Amino acid sequence: MLTIDNLKKHFGFVRAVDNVNMDIREGEIVSIIGTNGAGKTTLVNLISGYIKPDSGRILFFDKDITYASPYIRIKLGVGRSFQLIQLFGNITVLDNVRTALFSKYGMIRRGLLPADRYSSVTDEAIKILDNFNMSDKKDLTPTGLSEGDLKILDIAVAFALKSKLLLLDEPTSGVATNDKFKVMDSIVSAIKKEGISTLIIEHDMDIVSGYSDRVIVMHEGKIMAEGKPNEVMENKEVKATVFGIVS
Amino acid sequence: MVKNPRWVAYVLIFIILLFIPRLLSIYHLMLFEYGLTFAIVGLGFNLLLGYTGLLSFGHGAYFAVGAYTVGMIAKYFPGAYSLEILIPAALLFSLIISIIFGFLCVRHTKIFFSILALSLSMLLYALLFKLYHLTGGSDGLRVPLPTLLGISFKGIRRPEFLSGTYYYFLLVLFAISCVIMRGIVSSPFGKALQAIRDNEVRAELIGIRVRRYRLYAFIISGMFVGLGGALWSFVNGHVTADLSHWVFSGEIVYMTLLGGFGILEGPIIGAILFTYLKLYAMGNTQYWMFVIGATLIVLVLLLPNGVAGAIASLLAKIKRKTVKGTPC
Repeated sequence: MLTIDNLKKHFGFVRAVDNVNMDIREGEIVSIIGTNGAGKTTLVNLISGYIKPDSGRILFFDKDITYASPYIRIKLGVGRSFQLIQLFGNITVLDNVRTALFSKYGMIRRGLLPADRYSSVTDEAIKILDNFNMSDKKDLTPTGLSEGDLKILDIAVAFALKSKLLLLDEPTSGVATNDKFKVMDSIVSAIKKEGISTLIIEHDMDIVSGYSDRVIVMHEGKIMAEGKPNEVMENKEVKATVFGIVS
Repeated sequence: MVKNPRWVAYVLIFIILLFIPRLLSIYHLMLFEYGLTFAIVGLGFNLLLGYTGLLSFGHGAYFAVGAYTVGMIAKYFPGAYSLEILIPAALLFSLIISIIFGFLCVRHTKIFFSILALSLSMLLYALLFKLYHLTGGSDGLRVPLPTLLGISFKGIRRPEFLSGTYYYFLLVLFAISCVIMRGIVSSPFGKALQAIRDNEVRAELIGIRVRRYRLYAFIISGMFVGLGGALWSFVNGHVTADLSHWVFSGEIVYMTLLGGFGILEGPIIGAILFTYLKLYAMGNTQYWMFVIGATLIVLVLLLPNGVAGAIASLLAKIKRKTVKGTPC
Protein backbone atom coordinates (compact mmCIF):
# COMPACT_ATOMS: atom_id res chain seq x y z
CA MET A 1 0.00 0.00 0.00
CA LEU A 2 2.86 2.41 0.79
CA THR A 3 5.93 2.48 -1.43
CA ILE A 4 8.86 4.76 -0.71
CA ASP A 5 11.24 5.22 -3.58
CA ASN A 6 14.70 6.80 -3.14
CA LEU A 7 13.41 9.31 -0.61
CA LYS A 8 15.90 11.97 0.41
CA LYS A 9 15.82 14.80 2.95
CA HIS A 10 18.95 16.64 3.99
CA PHE A 11 19.17 19.45 6.56
CA GLY A 12 22.37 21.24 5.51
CA PHE A 13 25.11 18.66 5.90
CA VAL A 14 22.91 16.32 7.93
CA ARG A 15 21.56 13.46 5.80
CA ALA A 16 18.40 12.85 7.82
CA VAL A 17 16.85 10.54 5.20
CA ASP A 18 19.19 9.36 2.49
CA ASN A 19 17.81 7.46 -0.51
CA VAL A 20 15.44 5.29 1.52
CA ASN A 21 13.40 2.58 -0.23
CA MET A 22 10.73 0.61 1.59
CA ASP A 23 7.22 -0.90 1.33
CA ILE A 24 4.42 -1.46 3.77
CA ARG A 25 1.76 -4.04 2.94
CA GLU A 26 -1.89 -3.99 3.92
CA GLY A 27 -2.60 -5.02 7.51
CA GLU A 28 1.10 -5.17 8.39
CA ILE A 29 2.62 -3.75 11.58
CA VAL A 30 6.14 -2.52 10.83
CA SER A 31 8.50 -1.03 13.40
CA ILE A 32 11.41 1.27 12.66
CA ILE A 33 14.26 1.26 15.13
CA GLY A 34 17.55 3.11 15.17
CA THR A 35 19.80 5.31 17.27
CA ASN A 36 18.96 8.94 17.95
CA GLY A 37 19.37 10.96 14.77
CA ALA A 38 18.92 7.89 12.54
CA GLY A 39 16.16 9.68 10.60
CA LYS A 40 13.13 7.79 11.91
CA THR A 41 10.99 10.79 12.85
CA THR A 42 12.04 12.65 9.69
CA LEU A 43 10.81 9.67 7.66
CA VAL A 44 7.43 9.74 9.44
CA ASN A 45 7.26 13.53 8.96
CA LEU A 46 7.87 13.02 5.23
CA ILE A 47 5.21 10.32 4.92
CA SER A 48 2.63 12.39 6.82
CA GLY A 49 3.41 15.52 4.79
CA TYR A 50 4.62 17.49 7.80
CA ILE A 51 7.79 18.27 5.82
CA LYS A 52 8.58 17.89 2.12
CA PRO A 53 11.46 15.77 0.70
CA ASP A 54 14.37 17.00 -1.41
CA SER A 55 13.83 14.17 -3.88
CA GLY A 56 12.32 10.70 -4.26
CA ARG A 57 8.72 9.53 -4.32
CA ILE A 58 6.06 8.40 -1.87
CA LEU A 59 3.27 6.29 -3.39
CA PHE A 60 0.14 5.42 -1.45
CA PHE A 61 -2.01 2.83 -3.22
CA ASP A 62 -0.05 3.77 -6.38
CA LYS A 63 -0.99 7.45 -6.01
CA ASP A 64 1.94 9.86 -5.83
CA ILE A 65 1.59 11.81 -2.57
CA THR A 66 5.20 13.05 -2.36
CA TYR A 67 4.23 16.72 -2.33
CA ALA A 68 0.56 16.40 -1.33
CA SER A 69 -0.62 18.53 1.62
CA PRO A 70 -1.31 16.84 4.98
CA TYR A 71 -5.01 17.51 4.30
CA ILE A 72 -4.95 15.42 1.09
CA ARG A 73 -2.98 12.62 2.76
CA ILE A 74 -5.49 12.44 5.59
CA LYS A 75 -8.34 12.27 3.11
CA LEU A 76 -6.51 9.41 1.37
CA GLY A 77 -6.03 7.58 4.68
CA VAL A 78 -2.62 8.42 6.15
CA GLY A 79 -2.93 9.31 9.85
CA ARG A 80 -0.31 9.85 12.51
CA SER A 81 0.35 10.32 16.18
CA PHE A 82 3.24 12.26 17.67
CA GLN A 83 6.27 11.52 19.82
CA LEU A 84 5.52 14.67 21.80
CA ILE A 85 1.80 14.45 22.49
CA GLN A 86 -0.26 16.79 20.32
CA LEU A 87 -3.79 17.15 21.62
CA PHE A 88 -6.45 19.81 21.93
CA GLY A 89 -5.81 20.74 25.54
CA ASN A 90 -8.88 22.76 26.46
CA ILE A 91 -11.64 20.60 25.00
CA THR A 92 -12.85 17.31 26.43
CA VAL A 93 -11.47 13.87 25.61
CA LEU A 94 -14.72 13.15 23.77
CA ASP A 95 -14.41 16.34 21.70
CA ASN A 96 -10.79 15.52 20.82
CA VAL A 97 -11.99 12.33 19.14
CA ARG A 98 -15.26 13.77 17.88
CA THR A 99 -13.52 16.68 16.11
CA ALA A 100 -11.36 14.19 14.21
CA LEU A 101 -14.50 12.26 13.23
CA PHE A 102 -16.31 15.42 12.07
CA SER A 103 -13.27 16.23 9.95
CA LYS A 104 -13.13 12.70 8.53
CA TYR A 105 -16.81 12.76 7.54
CA GLY A 106 -16.58 16.26 6.00
CA MET A 107 -19.02 17.59 8.64
CA ILE A 108 -16.62 20.07 10.19
CA ARG A 109 -18.14 23.03 8.33
CA ARG A 110 -21.55 22.56 9.93
CA GLY A 111 -21.91 25.64 12.02
CA LEU A 112 -25.31 25.99 13.62
CA LEU A 113 -26.43 22.76 15.29
CA PRO A 114 -24.59 21.73 18.46
CA ALA A 115 -22.10 18.89 18.05
CA ASP A 116 -24.15 16.83 20.53
CA ARG A 117 -27.02 16.70 18.03
CA TYR A 118 -24.91 14.49 15.75
CA SER A 119 -25.54 11.45 17.92
CA SER A 120 -24.12 8.91 15.46
CA VAL A 121 -20.74 10.70 15.55
CA THR A 122 -20.87 10.98 19.33
CA ASP A 123 -21.68 7.26 19.62
CA GLU A 124 -18.82 6.39 17.30
CA ALA A 125 -16.41 8.59 19.30
CA ILE A 126 -17.47 6.81 22.50
CA LYS A 127 -16.98 3.44 20.78
CA ILE A 128 -13.45 4.43 19.78
CA LEU A 129 -12.73 5.55 23.34
CA ASP A 130 -14.17 2.22 24.51
CA ASN A 131 -11.75 0.37 22.22
CA PHE A 132 -8.93 2.20 23.97
CA ASN A 133 -10.53 1.75 27.44
CA MET A 134 -10.98 5.48 27.85
CA SER A 135 -14.72 6.09 27.63
CA ASP A 136 -14.95 6.68 31.41
CA LYS A 137 -12.69 9.73 30.94
CA LYS A 138 -14.64 11.26 28.06
CA ASP A 139 -15.72 14.36 29.96
CA LEU A 140 -12.26 15.23 31.27
CA THR A 141 -9.91 17.59 29.48
CA PRO A 142 -6.46 16.22 28.56
CA THR A 143 -4.90 18.22 31.42
CA GLY A 144 -6.55 15.80 33.86
CA LEU A 145 -5.04 12.65 32.25
CA SER A 146 -1.94 10.57 33.03
CA GLU A 147 0.93 10.44 30.52
CA GLY A 148 -0.15 6.95 29.43
CA ASP A 149 -3.74 8.07 28.85
CA LEU A 150 -2.51 11.09 26.91
CA LYS A 151 -0.54 8.79 24.61
CA ILE A 152 -3.56 6.55 24.10
CA LEU A 153 -5.80 9.56 23.42
CA ASP A 154 -3.26 10.93 20.94
CA ILE A 155 -3.47 7.62 19.08
CA ALA A 156 -7.26 7.43 19.44
CA VAL A 157 -7.50 10.82 17.67
CA ALA A 158 -5.37 9.49 14.80
CA PHE A 159 -7.40 6.27 14.84
CA ALA A 160 -10.66 8.24 14.53
CA LEU A 161 -9.55 9.44 11.10
CA LYS A 162 -10.11 5.83 9.95
CA SER A 163 -6.70 5.82 8.38
CA LYS A 164 -5.60 2.95 6.20
CA LEU A 165 -2.06 3.61 7.35
CA LEU A 166 -1.28 4.77 10.85
CA LEU A 167 2.12 6.26 11.70
CA LEU A 168 2.89 6.02 15.41
CA ASP A 169 5.91 8.00 16.55
CA GLU A 170 7.17 6.44 19.78
CA PRO A 171 3.77 5.50 21.19
CA THR A 172 5.19 4.51 24.59
CA SER A 173 7.73 7.30 25.15
CA GLY A 174 7.10 9.05 28.44
CA VAL A 175 4.86 6.22 29.62
CA ALA A 176 5.80 4.52 32.90
CA THR A 177 7.47 1.14 32.29
CA ASN A 178 4.65 -0.73 34.03
CA ASP A 179 2.07 0.86 31.72
CA LYS A 180 3.91 0.40 28.41
CA PHE A 181 2.46 -3.02 27.58
CA LYS A 182 -0.99 -1.97 28.72
CA VAL A 183 -0.80 1.01 26.34
CA MET A 184 0.47 -1.13 23.48
CA ASP A 185 -2.14 -3.86 24.10
CA SER A 186 -4.89 -1.21 23.82
CA ILE A 187 -3.40 0.25 20.66
CA VAL A 188 -2.61 -3.00 18.86
CA SER A 189 -5.94 -4.68 19.66
CA ALA A 190 -7.81 -1.63 18.27
CA ILE A 191 -5.56 -1.57 15.17
CA LYS A 192 -5.91 -5.29 14.50
CA LYS A 193 -9.68 -5.15 14.93
CA GLU A 194 -9.81 -2.65 12.04
CA GLY A 195 -7.01 -4.23 9.98
CA ILE A 196 -5.04 -0.98 9.78
CA SER A 197 -1.47 -1.02 8.49
CA THR A 198 0.86 0.56 11.02
CA LEU A 199 4.34 2.01 11.02
CA ILE A 200 5.71 2.33 14.55
CA ILE A 201 8.83 4.15 15.62
CA GLU A 202 10.00 2.66 18.88
CA HIS A 203 13.12 2.38 21.03
CA ASP A 204 11.92 -0.33 23.39
CA MET A 205 13.01 -3.66 21.87
CA ASP A 206 10.55 -5.69 23.98
CA ILE A 207 7.74 -3.71 22.42
CA VAL A 208 9.20 -3.96 18.93
CA SER A 209 9.62 -7.73 19.09
CA GLY A 210 6.29 -8.27 20.83
CA TYR A 211 4.05 -6.37 18.45
CA SER A 212 5.72 -6.07 15.01
CA ASP A 213 5.41 -8.26 11.93
CA ARG A 214 8.55 -6.73 10.47
CA VAL A 215 11.36 -4.49 11.71
CA ILE A 216 13.35 -1.92 9.73
CA VAL A 217 16.60 -0.62 11.18
CA MET A 218 17.75 2.87 10.23
CA HIS A 219 21.18 4.36 10.74
CA GLU A 220 22.42 7.77 9.58
CA GLY A 221 19.45 8.22 7.26
CA LYS A 222 19.77 4.84 5.53
CA ILE A 223 18.13 1.48 6.00
CA MET A 224 20.69 -0.80 7.59
CA ALA A 225 18.64 -4.00 7.90
CA GLU A 226 15.12 -5.32 7.72
CA GLY A 227 13.28 -8.54 8.46
CA LYS A 228 11.35 -10.41 11.12
CA PRO A 229 12.02 -9.16 14.66
CA ASN A 230 14.12 -12.17 15.75
CA GLU A 231 16.20 -12.07 12.53
CA VAL A 232 16.98 -8.40 12.97
CA MET A 233 17.89 -8.84 16.65
CA GLU A 234 20.48 -11.42 15.62
CA ASN A 235 22.02 -9.24 12.92
CA LYS A 236 25.62 -8.50 14.00
CA GLU A 237 25.77 -5.05 12.42
CA VAL A 238 22.50 -4.09 14.11
CA LYS A 239 23.69 -5.45 17.43
CA ALA A 240 26.86 -3.42 17.22
CA THR A 241 25.37 -0.17 15.95
CA VAL A 242 21.98 0.00 17.62
CA PHE A 243 22.47 -1.99 20.81
CA GLY A 244 26.20 -1.44 21.26
CA ILE A 245 26.85 -5.20 21.63
CA VAL A 246 30.11 -6.35 20.07
CA SER A 247 30.43 -10.15 19.94
CA MET B 1 -35.70 18.15 36.44
CA VAL B 2 -35.02 20.82 33.80
CA LYS B 3 -33.08 19.36 30.87
CA ASN B 4 -31.02 22.46 30.15
CA PRO B 5 -30.98 25.05 32.94
CA ARG B 6 -28.79 27.36 30.86
CA TRP B 7 -31.57 27.92 28.31
CA VAL B 8 -34.09 28.45 31.11
CA ALA B 9 -31.79 31.16 32.49
CA TYR B 10 -31.51 32.71 29.02
CA VAL B 11 -35.30 32.86 28.61
CA LEU B 12 -35.71 34.37 32.09
CA ILE B 13 -33.08 37.01 31.35
CA PHE B 14 -34.76 37.79 28.04
CA ILE B 15 -38.11 38.26 29.81
CA ILE B 16 -36.49 40.62 32.34
CA LEU B 17 -34.84 42.54 29.49
CA LEU B 18 -38.27 43.06 27.92
CA PHE B 19 -39.22 45.14 30.97
CA ILE B 20 -36.02 47.17 31.16
CA PRO B 21 -37.52 50.34 29.54
CA ARG B 22 -40.07 50.42 32.39
CA LEU B 23 -37.41 49.96 35.05
CA LEU B 24 -34.66 52.33 33.93
CA SER B 25 -34.62 56.08 33.37
CA ILE B 26 -34.06 57.17 29.77
CA TYR B 27 -30.46 58.08 30.58
CA HIS B 28 -29.69 54.66 32.02
CA LEU B 29 -31.64 52.96 29.27
CA MET B 30 -29.43 54.66 26.67
CA LEU B 31 -26.38 53.51 28.57
CA PHE B 32 -27.80 50.01 28.63
CA GLU B 33 -28.37 50.17 24.87
CA TYR B 34 -24.75 51.16 24.36
CA GLY B 35 -23.93 48.11 26.47
CA LEU B 36 -26.14 45.82 24.36
CA THR B 37 -24.54 46.97 21.10
CA PHE B 38 -21.08 46.41 22.60
CA ALA B 39 -22.29 43.00 23.81
CA ILE B 40 -22.92 41.99 20.17
CA VAL B 41 -19.44 43.31 19.36
CA GLY B 42 -17.99 41.29 22.25
CA LEU B 43 -19.73 38.12 21.06
CA GLY B 44 -18.13 38.51 17.63
CA PHE B 45 -14.72 39.47 18.98
CA ASN B 46 -14.73 36.51 21.34
CA LEU B 47 -15.21 34.06 18.48
CA LEU B 48 -11.81 35.16 17.27
CA LEU B 49 -10.03 35.61 20.62
CA GLY B 50 -11.65 33.05 22.90
CA TYR B 51 -12.49 30.33 20.41
CA THR B 52 -9.89 30.68 17.65
CA GLY B 53 -6.99 32.09 19.68
CA LEU B 54 -6.39 35.19 17.56
CA LEU B 55 -6.02 38.55 19.29
CA SER B 56 -6.99 41.43 17.00
CA PHE B 57 -6.14 45.03 17.84
CA GLY B 58 -8.02 46.21 14.78
CA HIS B 59 -11.64 45.22 15.25
CA GLY B 60 -12.63 48.86 15.50
CA ALA B 61 -12.40 48.78 11.68
CA TYR B 62 -15.44 46.51 11.30
CA PHE B 63 -17.34 48.49 13.92
CA ALA B 64 -16.58 51.63 11.89
CA VAL B 65 -17.66 49.89 8.67
CA GLY B 66 -21.04 49.03 10.22
CA ALA B 67 -21.50 52.52 11.67
CA TYR B 68 -20.33 54.33 8.52
CA THR B 69 -22.58 52.20 6.32
CA VAL B 70 -25.50 53.72 8.24
CA GLY B 71 -24.02 57.25 8.11
CA MET B 72 -23.21 57.06 4.39
CA ILE B 73 -26.62 55.68 3.42
CA ALA B 74 -28.23 58.51 5.46
CA LYS B 75 -26.13 61.05 3.55
CA TYR B 76 -26.08 59.65 0.03
CA PHE B 77 -29.15 57.36 -0.23
CA PRO B 78 -31.75 58.84 2.12
CA GLY B 79 -34.47 56.97 0.23
CA ALA B 80 -33.04 53.67 1.45
CA TYR B 81 -32.68 54.84 5.04
CA SER B 82 -34.75 52.22 6.80
CA LEU B 83 -33.61 49.66 9.37
CA GLU B 84 -34.58 46.68 7.22
CA ILE B 85 -32.13 47.89 4.55
CA LEU B 86 -29.48 49.40 6.84
CA ILE B 87 -28.82 46.27 8.88
CA PRO B 88 -28.32 43.93 5.89
CA ALA B 89 -26.21 46.65 4.22
CA ALA B 90 -24.01 46.97 7.33
CA LEU B 91 -23.63 43.18 7.42
CA LEU B 92 -22.76 43.10 3.71
CA PHE B 93 -20.09 45.82 3.93
CA SER B 94 -18.54 44.38 7.09
CA LEU B 95 -18.52 41.00 5.29
CA ILE B 96 -16.64 42.50 2.33
CA ILE B 97 -14.08 44.35 4.45
CA SER B 98 -13.64 41.32 6.75
CA ILE B 99 -12.92 39.10 3.75
CA ILE B 100 -10.29 41.51 2.42
CA PHE B 101 -8.61 42.29 5.76
CA GLY B 102 -9.07 38.74 7.03
CA PHE B 103 -7.45 37.24 3.94
CA LEU B 104 -4.31 39.28 4.70
CA CYS B 105 -4.35 38.81 8.49
CA VAL B 106 -4.95 35.06 8.86
CA ARG B 107 -1.75 34.28 7.01
CA HIS B 108 -0.08 35.15 10.32
CA THR B 109 -0.66 34.36 13.99
CA LYS B 110 0.21 35.77 17.41
CA ILE B 111 1.76 39.27 17.52
CA PHE B 112 2.09 39.44 13.72
CA PHE B 113 -1.65 38.87 13.33
CA SER B 114 -2.42 41.48 16.01
CA ILE B 115 -0.17 44.13 14.48
CA LEU B 116 -1.41 43.50 10.95
CA ALA B 117 -5.04 43.79 12.09
CA LEU B 118 -4.14 47.03 13.89
CA SER B 119 -2.34 48.42 10.82
CA LEU B 120 -5.28 47.70 8.52
CA SER B 121 -7.73 49.36 10.91
CA MET B 122 -5.46 52.43 11.06
CA LEU B 123 -5.40 52.45 7.26
CA LEU B 124 -9.18 52.62 7.28
CA TYR B 125 -9.00 55.32 9.99
CA ALA B 126 -6.71 57.41 7.76
CA LEU B 127 -9.13 57.01 4.83
CA LEU B 128 -12.17 57.94 6.92
CA PHE B 129 -10.28 60.90 8.38
CA LYS B 130 -8.79 62.26 5.16
CA LEU B 131 -11.61 61.73 2.66
CA TYR B 132 -13.43 64.70 4.09
CA HIS B 133 -15.88 65.27 1.23
CA LEU B 134 -16.99 61.66 1.29
CA THR B 135 -16.85 60.72 4.97
CA GLY B 136 -17.09 64.04 6.76
CA GLY B 137 -13.46 63.71 7.94
CA SER B 138 -12.96 64.72 11.57
CA ASP B 139 -16.56 65.97 11.76
CA GLY B 140 -17.90 62.52 10.98
CA LEU B 141 -21.45 61.86 9.83
CA ARG B 142 -24.80 62.49 11.47
CA VAL B 143 -27.08 59.49 11.97
CA PRO B 144 -30.73 60.55 11.82
CA LEU B 145 -33.59 58.36 13.03
CA PRO B 146 -34.32 55.62 10.50
CA THR B 147 -37.68 54.29 9.38
CA LEU B 148 -38.80 50.75 10.18
CA LEU B 149 -41.12 48.81 7.83
CA GLY B 150 -42.41 52.09 6.43
CA ILE B 151 -43.04 53.63 9.85
CA SER B 152 -41.41 57.05 10.12
CA PHE B 153 -40.19 58.44 13.43
CA LYS B 154 -40.08 62.06 12.25
CA GLY B 155 -40.93 64.52 14.99
CA ILE B 156 -39.99 62.02 17.70
CA ARG B 157 -36.98 62.88 19.86
CA ARG B 158 -34.11 60.38 19.88
CA PRO B 159 -34.56 59.40 23.57
CA GLU B 160 -38.19 58.49 22.89
CA PHE B 161 -37.20 56.50 19.80
CA LEU B 162 -34.53 54.69 21.79
CA SER B 163 -36.83 53.86 24.68
CA GLY B 164 -39.60 52.50 22.43
CA THR B 165 -39.39 50.65 19.14
CA TYR B 166 -35.63 50.75 18.83
CA TYR B 167 -34.98 49.11 22.21
CA TYR B 168 -37.06 46.09 21.23
CA PHE B 169 -35.49 45.99 17.76
CA LEU B 170 -32.06 46.02 19.39
CA LEU B 171 -33.08 43.41 21.96
CA VAL B 172 -34.36 41.02 19.27
CA LEU B 173 -31.14 41.36 17.26
CA PHE B 174 -29.11 40.87 20.44
CA ALA B 175 -31.08 37.70 21.26
CA ILE B 176 -30.67 36.38 17.69
CA SER B 177 -26.93 37.13 17.86
CA CYS B 178 -26.63 35.21 21.14
CA VAL B 179 -28.53 32.20 19.77
CA ILE B 180 -26.46 32.15 16.55
CA MET B 181 -23.18 32.48 18.42
CA ARG B 182 -24.18 29.77 20.90
CA GLY B 183 -24.95 27.54 17.90
CA ILE B 184 -21.64 28.35 16.21
CA VAL B 185 -19.38 27.71 19.20
CA SER B 186 -21.01 24.41 20.13
CA SER B 187 -21.22 23.15 16.52
CA PRO B 188 -18.66 20.96 14.72
CA PHE B 189 -17.37 24.20 13.14
CA GLY B 190 -16.92 25.71 16.62
CA LYS B 191 -15.06 22.57 17.72
CA ALA B 192 -12.75 22.98 14.71
CA LEU B 193 -11.98 26.55 15.78
CA GLN B 194 -11.25 25.42 19.32
CA ALA B 195 -9.02 22.65 17.95
CA ILE B 196 -7.09 25.27 15.93
CA ARG B 197 -6.80 27.46 19.03
CA ASP B 198 -5.45 24.59 21.13
CA ASN B 199 -3.07 23.01 18.63
CA GLU B 200 -2.89 24.17 15.04
CA VAL B 201 -0.35 21.51 14.03
CA ARG B 202 -2.62 18.69 15.16
CA ALA B 203 -5.67 20.44 13.72
CA GLU B 204 -3.97 20.48 10.32
CA LEU B 205 -3.10 16.81 10.71
CA ILE B 206 -6.68 15.76 11.40
CA GLY B 207 -7.67 17.39 8.13
CA ILE B 208 -8.79 20.88 9.20
CA ARG B 209 -7.71 23.59 6.77
CA VAL B 210 -6.40 25.89 9.46
CA ARG B 211 -5.96 29.10 7.47
CA ARG B 212 -9.35 28.75 5.80
CA TYR B 213 -11.14 28.18 9.11
CA ARG B 214 -9.35 31.13 10.66
CA LEU B 215 -10.63 33.23 7.78
CA TYR B 216 -14.19 31.96 8.33
CA ALA B 217 -13.91 32.88 12.02
CA PHE B 218 -12.50 36.29 11.12
CA ILE B 219 -15.36 37.00 8.71
CA ILE B 220 -18.10 35.93 11.14
CA SER B 221 -16.42 37.93 13.88
CA GLY B 222 -16.17 41.00 11.62
CA MET B 223 -19.86 40.74 10.71
CA PHE B 224 -20.96 40.59 14.35
CA VAL B 225 -18.77 43.61 15.13
CA GLY B 226 -20.14 45.43 12.04
CA LEU B 227 -23.69 44.71 13.20
CA GLY B 228 -22.80 46.10 16.64
CA GLY B 229 -21.37 49.22 14.97
CA ALA B 230 -24.52 49.81 12.92
CA LEU B 231 -26.80 49.37 15.94
CA TRP B 232 -24.56 51.60 18.06
CA SER B 233 -24.73 54.42 15.50
CA PHE B 234 -28.49 54.89 16.06
CA VAL B 235 -27.96 55.16 19.82
CA ASN B 236 -25.08 57.60 19.44
CA GLY B 237 -26.57 59.64 16.58
CA HIS B 238 -23.17 60.43 15.13
CA VAL B 239 -20.21 58.48 13.76
CA THR B 240 -16.57 59.57 13.55
CA ALA B 241 -13.33 58.13 12.22
CA ASP B 242 -12.17 57.44 15.81
CA LEU B 243 -14.17 54.22 15.69
CA SER B 244 -11.48 52.73 13.47
CA HIS B 245 -8.64 54.01 15.66
CA TRP B 246 -6.61 51.42 17.58
CA VAL B 247 -7.67 53.01 20.89
CA PHE B 248 -11.26 52.01 20.21
CA SER B 249 -10.10 48.53 19.13
CA GLY B 250 -8.31 48.39 22.50
CA GLU B 251 -11.63 49.07 24.22
CA ILE B 252 -13.14 46.05 22.46
CA VAL B 253 -10.26 43.93 23.75
CA TYR B 254 -10.69 45.44 27.22
CA MET B 255 -14.40 44.69 27.50
CA THR B 256 -13.81 41.10 26.37
CA LEU B 257 -11.07 40.64 28.99
CA LEU B 258 -13.25 42.29 31.63
CA GLY B 259 -16.05 39.80 31.08
CA GLY B 260 -13.81 36.84 30.34
CA PHE B 261 -13.08 35.33 26.96
CA GLY B 262 -13.23 31.70 28.00
CA ILE B 263 -17.00 31.80 28.29
CA LEU B 264 -19.61 32.73 25.70
CA GLU B 265 -21.44 35.04 28.10
CA GLY B 266 -18.21 36.73 29.28
CA PRO B 267 -17.99 39.49 26.67
CA ILE B 268 -21.69 40.30 27.13
CA ILE B 269 -21.15 40.96 30.84
CA GLY B 270 -17.85 42.71 30.04
CA ALA B 271 -19.45 45.02 27.46
CA ILE B 272 -22.22 46.17 29.78
CA LEU B 273 -19.84 46.60 32.75
CA PHE B 274 -17.35 48.49 30.59
CA THR B 275 -20.00 50.91 29.34
CA TYR B 276 -20.92 51.88 32.91
CA LEU B 277 -17.34 51.81 34.19
CA LYS B 278 -16.06 54.10 31.45
CA LEU B 279 -18.94 56.53 31.80
CA TYR B 280 -18.73 56.77 35.58
CA ALA B 281 -14.96 57.10 35.44
CA MET B 282 -15.21 59.85 32.82
CA GLY B 283 -17.95 61.60 34.80
CA ASN B 284 -16.00 61.63 38.05
CA THR B 285 -12.39 62.28 37.16
CA GLN B 286 -10.30 63.66 34.37
CA TYR B 287 -7.93 60.76 35.05
CA TRP B 288 -10.50 58.23 33.84
CA MET B 289 -7.92 56.45 31.73
CA PHE B 290 -5.99 55.78 34.93
CA VAL B 291 -9.10 54.14 36.42
CA ILE B 292 -9.57 51.98 33.33
CA GLY B 293 -5.88 51.01 33.32
CA ALA B 294 -5.83 50.25 37.06
CA THR B 295 -8.96 48.11 36.68
CA LEU B 296 -7.26 46.15 33.92
CA ILE B 297 -4.23 45.49 36.13
CA VAL B 298 -6.44 44.33 39.01
CA LEU B 299 -8.41 42.20 36.59
CA VAL B 300 -5.38 40.46 35.10
CA LEU B 301 -3.89 39.81 38.54
CA LEU B 302 -7.00 38.78 40.45
CA LEU B 303 -9.55 37.63 37.86
CA PRO B 304 -7.59 36.29 34.89
CA ASN B 305 -10.74 34.62 33.57
CA GLY B 306 -12.73 37.85 33.84
CA VAL B 307 -15.88 38.53 35.82
CA ALA B 308 -17.90 35.79 34.12
CA GLY B 309 -15.03 33.34 34.60
CA ALA B 310 -14.92 34.16 38.31
CA ILE B 311 -18.70 33.71 38.62
CA ALA B 312 -18.51 30.39 36.73
CA SER B 313 -15.72 29.10 39.03
CA LEU B 314 -17.71 30.16 42.08
CA LEU B 315 -20.84 28.38 40.83
CA ALA B 316 -18.79 25.26 40.03
CA LYS B 317 -17.35 25.32 43.58
CA ILE B 318 -20.81 25.66 45.11
CA LYS B 319 -22.08 22.81 42.90
CA ARG B 320 -19.19 20.56 43.96
CA LYS B 321 -19.81 21.35 47.64
CA THR B 322 -23.53 20.66 47.23
CA VAL B 323 -22.83 17.30 45.56
CA LYS B 324 -20.34 16.38 48.32
CA GLY B 325 -22.78 17.42 51.01
CA THR B 326 -25.70 15.46 49.55
CA PRO B 327 -26.43 12.45 51.77
CA CYS B 328 -26.35 9.08 50.00
